[in-house]
Amino acid sequence: MNSLLTVSGLSYRKNKNSLFGSQELFRLSPLSFELKRGETMAVMGENGSGKSLLAKLLVGVLEPEGGSILLNGEPVCNTSKQRRFSAIRMIFQHSKESLNPGLTLGRQLDEALILNTGMSASERKKQIENTLIQVGMLPEHQYFYRHMLSEGQHQRAAVARALILNPQVIVADEPFAALDPSVRSQTANLLMSLQQQLGLGFIFISHNLGIVRHISDRILVLEKGQVIESGKTEVIFNWPKSEYTKRTIQAHQELISGQ
Amino acid sequence: MPMLDIKNLTLEIDTPMGWVSALDKVSLSIEPSEIRALVGESGSGKSLIVKSIVGAIPERWRVTADRMNWKGNDLLGMSASQRRAITRNDISVILQNASASLDPSATLREQIEESIPAHRLSKGWFWQRKQQRLDIAIQELHRVGIRDHNQCLSSYVHQLPEDICQKFSIAMALISRPKLLIADNPTVGMETTTKVQILKLLTRLNKTAGLSVLFVSHDLLAIAAMANTMTVLYCGQTVESGKMSQIKRRPLHPYTQALLDSAPSFRRDLPPKSPLSCLDGTIPTLQHLPIGCRLGPRCPRAQRECVKMPITRRIHGHEYACHFPLHRGKA
Repeated sequence: MNSLLTVSGLSYRKNKNSLFGSQELFRLSPLSFELKRGETMAVMGENGSGKSLLAKLLVGVLEPEGGSILLNGEPVCNTSKQRRFSAIRMIFQHSKESLNPGLTLGRQLDEALILNTGMSASERKKQIENTLIQVGMLPEHQYFYRHMLSEGQHQRAAVARALILNPQVIVADEPFAALDPSVRSQTANLLMSLQQQLGLGFIFISHNLGIVRHISDRILVLEKGQVIESGKTEVIFNWPKSEYTKRTIQAHQELISGQ
Repeated sequence: MPMLDIKNLTLEIDTPMGWVSALDKVSLSIEPSEIRALVGESGSGKSLIVKSIVGAIPERWRVTADRMNWKGNDLLGMSASQRRAITRNDISVILQNASASLDPSATLREQIEESIPAHRLSKGWFWQRKQQRLDIAIQELHRVGIRDHNQCLSSYVHQLPEDICQKFSIAMALISRPKLLIADNPTVGMETTTKVQILKLLTRLNKTAGLSVLFVSHDLLAIAAMANTMTVLYCGQTVESGKMSQIKRRPLHPYTQALLDSAPSFRRDLPPKSPLSCLDGTIPTLQHLPIGCRLGPRCPRAQRECVKMPITRRIHGHEYACHFPLHRGKA
């Protein structure tokens, strides 16, 4: 199976420019990976190790300094922005805060369609209803505002907004961090079943090693903007190589076994 | 005798729809030098219990309890100043999100020195007090494992990482030498290594200083690692309580079972990428509370009897409130 997303030599540099020249604040060293259809890759690392930056580079919020991102073998920089943004979508950490309080859910989903597709009004309405059903909500939920939904439904709405443009890759930045155990399991189940149905590629960033181990196929470990380890989930959990990974996994094992 | 003994605590809130009981007959007891975990999802009233223990409840809400004793003294019956003296001297609270709960406009030194109670300063002239305060502050910081005390004390909150802030707020809570430390979600959103550090610190304080800890959280991994006993709360009702090992091995209430199942790390046999078991729906809001057992609409074992509140039964110190507990098989 050929790869869905190929990232090679992606790098980024953040500088502070002042009167006396520029000073380097953060640097993401060139990193490369491949993602196949239906595969999940988890990104681990400390705070400030460049995880969220990587997510932003992938979805196109930031321009990389060098390197290329290929989607189905085609560089994304060459394709139109509309095609890029519909193919790679993002889910944010705080799903509640990422929804607009002043618009109904349907309007928010509609905006993504108006901006990125040339669908007619009736087609858009149909697409919104289908997507809501797909994530386990009712078509009537399109008339709901943010405050009328429960926490689990916020998370589903965020997933619906990512799915509505029929993407191929979804980038999720800490989607489980702020959730209660039962809502977390529900969201994880939803994402896994959608992945099976649609063959989506997932890149997700998380601190929760239990969930990472359960749902990811591969892991990429970042430290200070450098990839220090990458490989299959089971391999990394059983035979961690780098110091940081060893420390984190050992801490996790201690928690499980109870001191 | 338990140090803190709460029996059938009910907290009612006045809403436009009439009085709503946010806490419904909650029972909780803490023995001296034990770590008790209070588990529940957000909206289950964990923080309300913490607030009613320390008395930070608005006066227009109704708090009633059959028993709410601190070392044999009735907390609800005593005068406000007596109660304040207990919460000042014997009980300390650390909050989640330490960096947000500390004062951003003062250095940490000012904050920790302000919280030193007068009786910890030995008799001396007023010019000696300043040095004594600093010594106490440094000593407490070392106790919680902050080595670089100078840098910590001279910083503002935004200059320090989250784990140092959390350790600092533990130090500030310990400065009045409390008997009970209430930790309200202290490890939420932390990395695993930092989380383990904080948990080890609390365990060490419990072992060496005999401090009782009420650990309020929904992070089951953290709780299972450190707590001796556990109370599970759902929507303002106590669902199950007992020894940690007992509950983890054999939960009796369907909700506890669902909570334990939701942590994939507990289950070795679970194949990767298989669906996790969970209850449908989410915790109901205060405006839409079901009658009887509040888990009813989401419970896989619910039957007609569940519209009546089940009485709390007790087997070998393991309490549960359910009409159809798991050890009885399918009813």
